[in-house]
Amino acid sequence: MPKVSKNTVRDSLSVSLTVGAYGVAFGAASVAAGFSVLQSCLFSLLTFTGASQFAAVGVVGSGGAAISAVAAATMLGTRNALYAMQMAPLLRVRGLRRVAAAHLTIDESTGVALSQAPRGTAAMRAGFWLTGSGVYLFWNVFTLLGAVGAKALGNPASWGLDAAVPAAFLGLVWPRLETTFLRVVAASSMVFALVITPWLPAGLPIIASALVAVAFGWRPR
Amino acid sequence: MNSVTTWTVLIATSGLCFAIKMVGHSVPERWLAHPRLQRINALVPIALLSALIVAQGLVVHTRVVIDHRLAGLAVALAALFARAPFPVVVVAAAVTSAIVYHLH
Repeated sequence: MPKVSKNTVRDSLSVSLTVGAYGVAFGAASVAAGFSVLQSCLFSLLTFTGASQFAAVGVVGSGGAAISAVAAATMLGTRNALYAMQMAPLLRVRGLRRVAAAHLTIDESTGVALSQAPRGTAAMRAGFWLTGSGVYLFWNVFTLLGAVGAKALGNPASWGLDAAVPAAFLGLVWPRLETTFLRVVAASSMVFALVITPWLPAGLPIIASALVAVAFGWRPR
Repeated sequence: MNSVTTWTVLIATSGLCFAIKMVGHSVPERWLAHPRLQRINALVPIALLSALIVAQGLVVHTRVVIDHRLAGLAVALAALFARAPFPVVVVAAAVTSAIVYHLH
């Protein structure tokens, strides 16, 4: 890799550490939902896309069927395909390097890469690889810590873990609610999920809430 | 919860989430560039995460239940309004919920 500017390295590392630390919340949520420490760590190593991981264990934890958990996680993962399409022409990699690039394609690696645009293509590439691998490292270390910690604590409700999980979702969605329109989408989705909850098997209301996204996104605003 | 369910969810989620990323790296850009698809896709995380907040904070199986978790969520919301960082939000919610759980 050619010489990388200090600013690019600093941006990548600060994002990696901050986001990687969320891994504690995932590890704890996963164990609270009934996954083992090993399974929680494999999730972060193999799935490596935070919102999807949280959704998968969240649906299982609330008593939903496996198919509901996988469907919710997959729908949350679709945005990575759009990120990948933006990153592919920038990275121009083949074979194993493309597999690695695909695995590291997440909100943060794409975000930092795009933010480096004023510093040129080399900085964008460096931002992608540094942030992707940095988040990967810290996300997995912190997942292990969270899973082991939650295992040691025992009953999730006794330590407030059952409230920490929805609070983590709230913390994840909060920075995305930049406009009134997006806040209306979020509120509508909550009301919709609550109203249909008594009528559907556990887990399905979460997937059904994608209909709210379809309804609001169907026509241009 | 049995281990067949958890392993199935783990393996299927990992496989599909990786496949999605790989597809994005391999198809021509215009394939997924339809404006409607992009608009909906941008809203999916907000809709699903919002539904997850409700499902995890207010629901037990298929019943809407108000309990200690709601107290934790209310404190999380207050912390977010006060611009608290993510770990503070989560810990504040956990502590509040645990206190209410033990008082009850």
